Amino acid sequence: MSLLEVRDLRVTYGSGATAVPAVRGVDLTLEPGTKLGVAGESGCGKSTLALALLRLLPASARIEGEILLDGDDVLAMSWGRLRAVRWAGASIVFQGAMHSLNAVHRIGDQIAEPLLVHGRATPAAARARVGELLEHVGLPAARAAAYPHELSGGQRQRVMIAMALACDPRLIVADEPTTALDVMIQAQILRLIERLVAEQSISLLMISHDLAVLADTCDRLAVMYAGRVVEEGPARTVYEAASHPYGRALSSAFPRIGDPASRRAPRGLPGDPPDPADLPGGCTFHPRCPVAVDACAEHDQELREAGAGRRAACVHVGSTS
Amino acid sequence: MTSPTTSLAWERRRHTVARFWRGYRTHRAGLHGLAGLALIALLALAAPLIVGSDVQSVTEAPGTALEPPSAEFPLGTDQFGRSLLGLLIWGARISLLVGLLAAALSVAIGTLVGIIAGHYGGWFSTVVMRITDWFLVMPTLVLAIVLATVMSRSMWTVVLAIGVTSWPTTARLVRAQTIAVESRPYIERATALGGGHRHVMTRHVLPNVMPLVLAQTTLGISTAILTEATLAFLGLGDPTVVSWGGMLQDAREAGAVSSGHWWYLAPPGIAIALVALAFTLCGRAVESVLNPKLGVGR
Amino acid sequence: MSLLSARGLHVTFPGRRGAPPARAVDGVDLDIGAGEIVALVGESGCGKTTLARSLLGLVRPTSGAVAFDGQPLAYSSGALRAYRKRAQLVLQDPSGSLNPRHTVYDAVAEGLRIHGYAGDERAAVAGALARAGLRPPERFFLRYPHELSGGQRQRVVIAGALVLEPELIVADEPVASLDASVRGEILALLLRLRDELGLSALVVTHDLGLAWNIADRVAVMYLGRVVETGPVESVLTNPRHPYTRALLSVLPESEGAPVILTGEPPDPSRIPSGCRFHARCQLLASGEATAVADRCRGEELPVLGGGGGRAVACHWATTS
Repeated sequence: MSLLEVRDLRVTYGSGATAVPAVRGVDLTLEPGTKLGVAGESGCGKSTLALALLRLLPASARIEGEILLDGDDVLAMSWGRLRAVRWAGASIVFQGAMHSLNAVHRIGDQIAEPLLVHGRATPAAARARVGELLEHVGLPAARAAAYPHELSGGQRQRVMIAMALACDPRLIVADEPTTALDVMIQAQILRLIERLVAEQSISLLMISHDLAVLADTCDRLAVMYAGRVVEEGPARTVYEAASHPYGRALSSAFPRIGDPASRRAPRGLPGDPPDPADLPGGCTFHPRCPVAVDACAEHDQELREAGAGRRAACVHVGSTS
Repeated sequence: MTSPTTSLAWERRRHTVARFWRGYRTHRAGLHGLAGLALIALLALAAPLIVGSDVQSVTEAPGTALEPPSAEFPLGTDQFGRSLLGLLIWGARISLLVGLLAAALSVAIGTLVGIIAGHYGGWFSTVVMRITDWFLVMPTLVLAIVLATVMSRSMWTVVLAIGVTSWPTTARLVRAQTIAVESRPYIERATALGGGHRHVMTRHVLPNVMPLVLAQTTLGISTAILTEATLAFLGLGDPTVVSWGGMLQDAREAGAVSSGHWWYLAPPGIAIALVALAFTLCGRAVESVLNPKLGVGR
Repeated sequence: MSLLSARGLHVTFPGRRGAPPARAVDGVDLDIGAGEIVALVGESGCGKTTLARSLLGLVRPTSGAVAFDGQPLAYSSGALRAYRKRAQLVLQDPSGSLNPRHTVYDAVAEGLRIHGYAGDERAAVAGALARAGLRPPERFFLRYPHELSGGQRQRVVIAGALVLEPELIVADEPVASLDASVRGEILALLLRLRDELGLSALVVTHDLGLAWNIADRVAVMYLGRVVETGPVESVLTNPRHPYTRALLSVLPESEGAPVILTGEPPDPSRIPSGCRFHARCQLLASGEATAVADRCRGEELPVLGGGGGRAVACHWATTS
């Protein structure tokens, strides 16, 4: 059985005439011990998706569809069960570690909080566990006494990961875990996440706008555009030979150094990400698409088979192969 | 710019005002304050038509001294036989005028000092803020009394005395806001474009402290009206014009307190309290619409 | 002759509460030729932003000199104002670098108004917006920054710089806070401006891919010094300094094992003696550079020349 199965997830903010669809029918599957990357630009609904997985969205958001974690529907479960899932089933690592940590508490106390709240551990045991966790993420156990402002950006992100690990979750959802970090620190954090996932056979759902980072870290990739998955497949193939023109644009946005084709030739997409409140008709990508045909403005494209284990939502997929 | 651009700019401003009004409308206390103010302002503006300026005249007083309220004089008469209702309406003119001018003067000084101190920083700011602190801890009333005593007795003296003593709070607030605005990257961009101190202060800092200044002015008016009344009550106002504070002083001198002439004492006092309350309610509403972060209750 | 040149630039900030002073820029020579795009690469805290600001006269160097068009930079307010008409700054965060209370028109016209532009202001603003890729420009005149997307805001910032027809643009992480799809468009814009207007640019970034995308020359900075410099092709495909090698090795698509330097970049208030990189150097740690280890720990390296040639500040690279 899959660890996580998302079926036709739809999230709408507001209602009536001002309703803004953020996620418009997403299906995802994550097997135990595997890593799935979700790529897309700001406003494509990827962060909403992450929050929906743990039912962390504000009350104004209307959620439809199913989110099955170990076969249990997260959207339908009772509060008590949901809390148990949030502690031990899945945890989330947010971007911007400075804002997610409480500035007036020592980091050790913040990591120990979930352990103590549920009476799972005595204070002494919790303290020992905090030291263990900190060393696990590459920080000296003595740093438990530090306040968030005494740590650097990379160290804070390590603390966030230690917090996510505190209750031995089976799934970690990481929302832009390395954005705003330097290349070297980013590499350190990515290696750390990879190591932890491999050692403890945790599943990972990582969200980023950087396709190269996702391709390097994850097994499978899903590319989101305007609230939908437009391409899905094995990470390396999606990165190196995307079927959807949007996937291709994202993968060529970050150049490969040494590749003469990208030298003095930065590539991007014309136009801006669509406004979720005012999506174009037909295929939502057609106004920015370099290979759009007349039909794209008329007909929405569903995800379809695009080779072994791959799916893409483009009129050109399947017609040529 | 050509006219279509200008008219579009006006369109934008209209939208801004409309948005402000929509926000303001949700504050019930603010609406009550505004209604009260509109009524008082209307009375003050229409005073020459309703009562006429000869209401102040001592020699042509229509009644006898200290009449209790009657059909002819709804609030009775003073010791010279003048109609107290007429005086009350006429006095609103001076009280409001002094309040507005003094608050404007005080906020203008405070904004200027605050922006300059916040912008230049360093030892200059330290010195200016120490002076501000000195004004802040000085009892405002005592200072105003001294000023009103040494200068000639006129309405302008009162405005000046209130204005120059009540600016430090505004200066402190504006300075804090200036420092916050100056840490934004667009200030660095303006400097890199070649903008000097004056450019940064007038084009960037001032528009960003205006909401604060506006709220501060509205709140300052009620304080200024109270101070004006106090000064007039202490006999430091302009003796040639009628104001609410002056009426209270006249009442005290006429022995209204001991002889139980409540109709002489109560109306100006209540009027002062109501106007100050109305301005405070408006000021609080303006403040919470323009600065939602302050979390002022409704 | 180079358009902008810095010689022996030092910027030292006084330490707080008894801490030793921070040597943010600790001896840098740098030249930018006319029509040249130079990428200044390094981790945060390496002094690259301070260096960029001192080149614009926004930070006054402690010692050393900056010369523009052969003239040494004067720090009187009149001279600085004249300089700032010719050299412009583009900041990382386009949302923060636009005043939320100014319309696009006001934001772009700001430079013209500061410098008392005598010509047709409206035409100049429209021209700059169009050049920055916002077409038709009239549609954007009365918009406020919050009504624009991130990419459009950065274009407005660039238009505000272009409107004064500068000769040099200093861009501090111009695409770091933009979406991947918009990033390429903004970089292409910078490249096009160089081709069409002959603009020179210094692009400050931590992103080596950006240097590969648009720069002619790259200077890698570590702890206040340039440690390796030269043409982009040669530095990025054949790095010689171990720090440059490490930076390249951690990129997601690079081949070979990543060299992950441990710890954070060290503190500019405590610069190690000898080679400033020796404490984190992977070659020294692995024993590959044992032959020069004593010099690495004790012998200071010279300041690299600012010109176009290939140069590296490393005992190991220069001896082997």
